[in-house]
Amino acid sequence: MYTQGLDQKGKVVQSSDASESADQLDAFQKRVDAEDKIEAKDWMPAAYRRTLLRQISQHAHSEIIGMQPEGNWLTRAPTLKRKAILLAKVQDEAGHGLYLYSAAETLGVSRDQMVADLLSGKAKYSSIFNYPTLTWADIGAIGWLVDGAAIMNQIPLCRCSYGPYARAMVRICKEESFHQRQGFDIMFELSRGNDEQKAMAQDALNRWWWPSLMMFGPNDSDSKHSAQSMAWKIKRFSNDELRQKFVDVTVPQAEFLGLRVPDDDLSINDKTGHYEFGDIDWQEFYDVLAGNGPCNRQRIEKRGQAQVDGAWVRDAARAYADKHATAAAA
Amino acid sequence: MTVEDALQSYVLRLGDNALVIGQRMIERVAGEPELEEELANANFALDYIGQARMLYSYAGELEGKGRGEDDFAYLRDSQEFRNFLMVEQPNGHFGDAIVRQVLFESFYLLQLEQLADCADTRLAEIAARAVKEISYHLRHASQWLIRLGDGTDESHQRVKESLERYWRYAAEFFDGDDVDDWIQRECNGPDLGALAKTWRDNVEALLEQATLPIPDDNLDQTSFSRAGGRQGNHSEYFGFLIAEMQHLQRAFPGANW
Repeated sequence: MYTQGLDQKGKVVQSSDASESADQLDAFQKRVDAEDKIEAKDWMPAAYRRTLLRQISQHAHSEIIGMQPEGNWLTRAPTLKRKAILLAKVQDEAGHGLYLYSAAETLGVSRDQMVADLLSGKAKYSSIFNYPTLTWADIGAIGWLVDGAAIMNQIPLCRCSYGPYARAMVRICKEESFHQRQGFDIMFELSRGNDEQKAMAQDALNRWWWPSLMMFGPNDSDSKHSAQSMAWKIKRFSNDELRQKFVDVTVPQAEFLGLRVPDDDLSINDKTGHYEFGDIDWQEFYDVLAGNGPCNRQRIEKRGQAQVDGAWVRDAARAYADKHATAAAA
Repeated sequence: MTVEDALQSYVLRLGDNALVIGQRMIERVAGEPELEEELANANFALDYIGQARMLYSYAGELEGKGRGEDDFAYLRDSQEFRNFLMVEQPNGHFGDAIVRQVLFESFYLLQLEQLADCADTRLAEIAARAVKEISYHLRHASQWLIRLGDGTDESHQRVKESLERYWRYAAEFFDGDDVDDWIQRECNGPDLGALAKTWRDNVEALLEQATLPIPDDNLDQTSFSRAGGRQGNHSEYFGFLIAEMQHLQRAFPGANW
């Protein structure tokens, strides 16, 4: 799953700090241009480090918070096979969180600190998870649309200039494509089902379509620091390019399912071969980002509660380890 | 009792234990104390759901009436389930979950090890596969029990109370009936008397390592112990677990998912 954090409005990345010489920056850019992978111990501009740290930690947080809306249907999955598949998916997400936190830790911040930043509201996660999963079809829509959008964003990240992130993304992308297929498969089954199931599928598409398009971040004209991320080869394609690709791939899938994409302005442009679509309600996007989505509070409270409830367990593990390390040393 | 009846009842009971504890573990998702435990918990729950599916499919074949895994999981009422009361107990805190896991799996692993050598080939195959999974679960849960018991004063106290809470449900593991007798006699299945002794030895050794006292009771005294799962007499909590799990199948009868 993805984070649009790079593109938050109103924050401009400083491309260099005062202590960094032009020669250092130039040499770094040359390495990036030569598609040389930057590794944890290599010199890097402070802003490059900050940008990556923000992006990778947000991506990790998104995986962890993303377990909640899907976990909401684990106990109620309609068959044992669906339950097992969804459980495997949620487990993958915990795994993605784990390697992304590890990748972020190579940039010098501990996982504990990142989690603290999430809980304090300093760090963000993908806004898409602030929407509720109201029916079983939402589990299908998340896999099909949300993971589908995530893959569009993430495939290029496998070639990201920062080695640890790029390598983590290779594995994550393989698993995400399974997730996307399981989501589509749920929608497919519902679209062939009874009237109530078809209505459930359409309702889920209605609610998840626009938030999924928002996952790619603001329009290029409003995305203030994409250029620097492109130059550093953290980003490879612009928000609008990726969004267009997603729409072009997904609309025919909706047609195949017999579902209507909730956009009156949607039409194919015969000259370009691309779909043209209506305006995104960016106010909604910024509202959710600011903490005012349907589930922002609920998600963070649940994550925070788990952290509080687990404190005595982590303390016990530390105390046990200390006791036995002392005993071993004596 | 025919061969198929006894075997089918037995296999169904195993499936019910696996599904119900799996469902309880699923409830814990996104609430674990560490990210590593999220992975472990989801992975172990997945093992249990997988075991339930294999066991239910086999139970359906033995029954020969065309019922499949989802019929057993989703279309039986709570009183038709034959799981132990232990596995349906609400989750409580992390220490409760660990204690429940240790007490149940210390039994279940012994049971599976015996079944892996039983005379019914199909059940033996399912058991042999499950042995690998449950040995790993039990090792993981045992290590946590030791850490919590021998960790801080708070963790020791908490997990000691968990043990007192769950201990009484263990007696049911060894409270065999004619189906258990039949499996032992005709199928070279587990001898519950012998299992009880090994279980007790293993659990006591683990509790000693965890610096935890053995609860002050006698599991043989029925006034203290709690049983009834085998007869479909469950706890009050169980109806909610079943209602939640079966919701979609009950709301849309006959739909495909």
